[in-house]
Amino acid sequence: MSARKPPLFDVDAVLDTASILVCTGSGGVGKTTTAAALALRAAERGRRTVVLTIDPAKRLAQSMGLSELDNTPRRVEGADRSNGGSLDAMMLDMKRTFDEIVLTHAEPGKAEAIFANPFYQALSTSFAGTQEYMAMEKLGQLQATGDYDLVVVDTPPTRSALDFLDAPERMTTFLDGRMIRILLAPAKAGGKVYVRAVTAGFSVFTNVLTKIIGAGVLQDVSQFVGALETMFGGFRERAQATYDLLKAPGTSFVVVAAPERDALREAAYFVERLAEESMPLAGLVVNRVHRSSGDLTAERARVAAQSLEEFGGHELASAVLRLHADRTALSARERRLQERFSGAHPGVPVVEVAALPGDVHDLEGLRAVGADMAGGQAATVPGVPA
Amino acid sequence: MADFPDVRLHVVTGKGGTGKTTVAASLALALASGGRRVLLTEVEGRQGIAQLFDTPPLPYEERKVAVAPGGGDVYALAIDPEDALLDYLHMFYKLSRTGVAARTLRRMGAIEFATTVAPGLRDVLLTGKVKEAVVRRAGGKGKQDSYAYDAVVLDAPPTGRIARFLNISSEVSGLAKVGPLKSQSDGVMAVLRSPQTAVHLCTLLEEMPVQETIDGVAELVSVGLPVGGVVVNAVRAPLLHPADLLAAEKGSLDLSSLTAGLEKAGLDAPDALVTSLAAEAADHASRVALEERGRDALGELHRPSYELPLLSDAVDLASLYELAALLKAQGMA
Repeated sequence: MSARKPPLFDVDAVLDTASILVCTGSGGVGKTTTAAALALRAAERGRRTVVLTIDPAKRLAQSMGLSELDNTPRRVEGADRSNGGSLDAMMLDMKRTFDEIVLTHAEPGKAEAIFANPFYQALSTSFAGTQEYMAMEKLGQLQATGDYDLVVVDTPPTRSALDFLDAPERMTTFLDGRMIRILLAPAKAGGKVYVRAVTAGFSVFTNVLTKIIGAGVLQDVSQFVGALETMFGGFRERAQATYDLLKAPGTSFVVVAAPERDALREAAYFVERLAEESMPLAGLVVNRVHRSSGDLTAERARVAAQSLEEFGGHELASAVLRLHADRTALSARERRLQERFSGAHPGVPVVEVAALPGDVHDLEGLRAVGADMAGGQAATVPGVPA
Repeated sequence: MADFPDVRLHVVTGKGGTGKTTVAASLALALASGGRRVLLTEVEGRQGIAQLFDTPPLPYEERKVAVAPGGGDVYALAIDPEDALLDYLHMFYKLSRTGVAARTLRRMGAIEFATTVAPGLRDVLLTGKVKEAVVRRAGGKGKQDSYAYDAVVLDAPPTGRIARFLNISSEVSGLAKVGPLKSQSDGVMAVLRSPQTAVHLCTLLEEMPVQETIDGVAELVSVGLPVGGVVVNAVRAPLLHPADLLAAEKGSLDLSSLTAGLEKAGLDAPDALVTSLAAEAADHASRVALEERGRDALGELHRPSYELPLLSDAVDLASLYELAALLKAQGMA
């Protein structure tokens, strides 16, 4: 396979023009750090930026002043504002975001009843997809304030990066779905329409379902959905609006991966999916890349180390040579994996971030990551267009 | 003597990216070696086991995927909540798994509905199937008293969700006070809390995974689930002497000695090469120091701990055998 280099992901160009950046990728690839580093860099290049993080490591959160989980953006004081930008940060509280939607839209007095509904409690805290859905909801809200030039979103650590795109659909299919209609039917005047839909299989099902999860739960569900209908005028349109925001001009996706097989496979799925949905991909950030320096090949280093070990002595040199051999081999393997990705997706711009010995947990560290993504340039060099 | 002689259900969890599927598969091979039967299961619909063993996607059916050293067998099963629900309906309500009713339920999305409307239900179904495999008897002549599987290994959800996933009794308590679901979840919980079960945590020697492991252990303990060992994955051997590591980290490595060594080995040793090798050594040294701090923090947990090396190539079947042998040598199986 020819090792043609993929186009370079011009991070600064995206940071200077995008209005929404969604960072996505599989778990454990450094997504949160990437989102924070991009946001800080955008702010220091002069844009009014907010970063929405989902589940940051404690020390990173503290460094951004996110000691409180209060679901509102807070100013990150350490960001350099000399180019006229600013950085706010917030941590998503999904239950609270859901509660806020209810409070905003429910008729007075109705909200309390919804909050008390056990099914609402389950849905707002543990339904698979609620977190993704609420992240999108919050993204829409932050953008609508008009306070920001750029909203950077980190996505929840899901099994698959695709879950983020599927969440609103899953949630609306679920809440708008046939099952719920049928369950609601007895509560409605026009229930007869649905009687025809009730098959033998279904009556078995309702009987069994009632036995398994209890009639009380089904009643809670139907009450909740009933309340929901009156307040939202259709969950589907709401989700559709949020989804459309992801296709709007100014929105871009940044796919984050590590140079490992599984992470790159996940990145490939996501890239293909974005293409299917006509959603704009800004580029791929490959974190934790091991770079190997010099012209000394792994093989030569290994042979040299071996001969030193045979002679005896020079333990430092032989250890350093072994180290270099391992690192060069690792670097070559990472390169092969990346080439395989780029071979299959030749148009996707890529940028690499070097592996760091430790985790990033201060603004200085984020700044360094941001500079690495932008080819080593500091964000605040004089003359950078604001 | 292995560290978990009485454990028959090994639950393997870990932060994303720590290699828990690899560890679960290696552990299954290690447990099977010497002629035992082990079932390796997954519950997240990722088909991670099939990818690892290089087989087509696993159906909802126990399939043999590997033969262990010394003649044991590893079977694999990808547990799907829909199928598990149909299984359950079959068991308790004699509903045919392939009949009209089951097909209708599938078509209407009823099963997805049931497993989502009651969030706990999904986990009860998944863990219920695992429990069923753990307690299943072999059957057949003279085998009535032996188990179908000597051990079951579960490639479980990640550390952040493991306690909630396993602590199903509290999840369903709000749903069912009596009836088959309640007795099912009680039965599952009894196995999960018993000395037959151990929850192992997989980690890397990096800050976040180490912290999540420590938090995960505390959470498991707080809900009364038995914590097993800690598997430290992708460990790099410290190649340099401790004194050299220290010097490398401080940037005071003896460059003339390094140059002399390189020349002795017949290499040109221009300054650029020496400097870049020293920089690599410094990187390695700070990484080793970080790993050491992680190891110390994990040591405070006072749990049996096992280390697996960083593989220089992608994990394949051959490396699974290698890792299995390492786990066995360290007493995990």
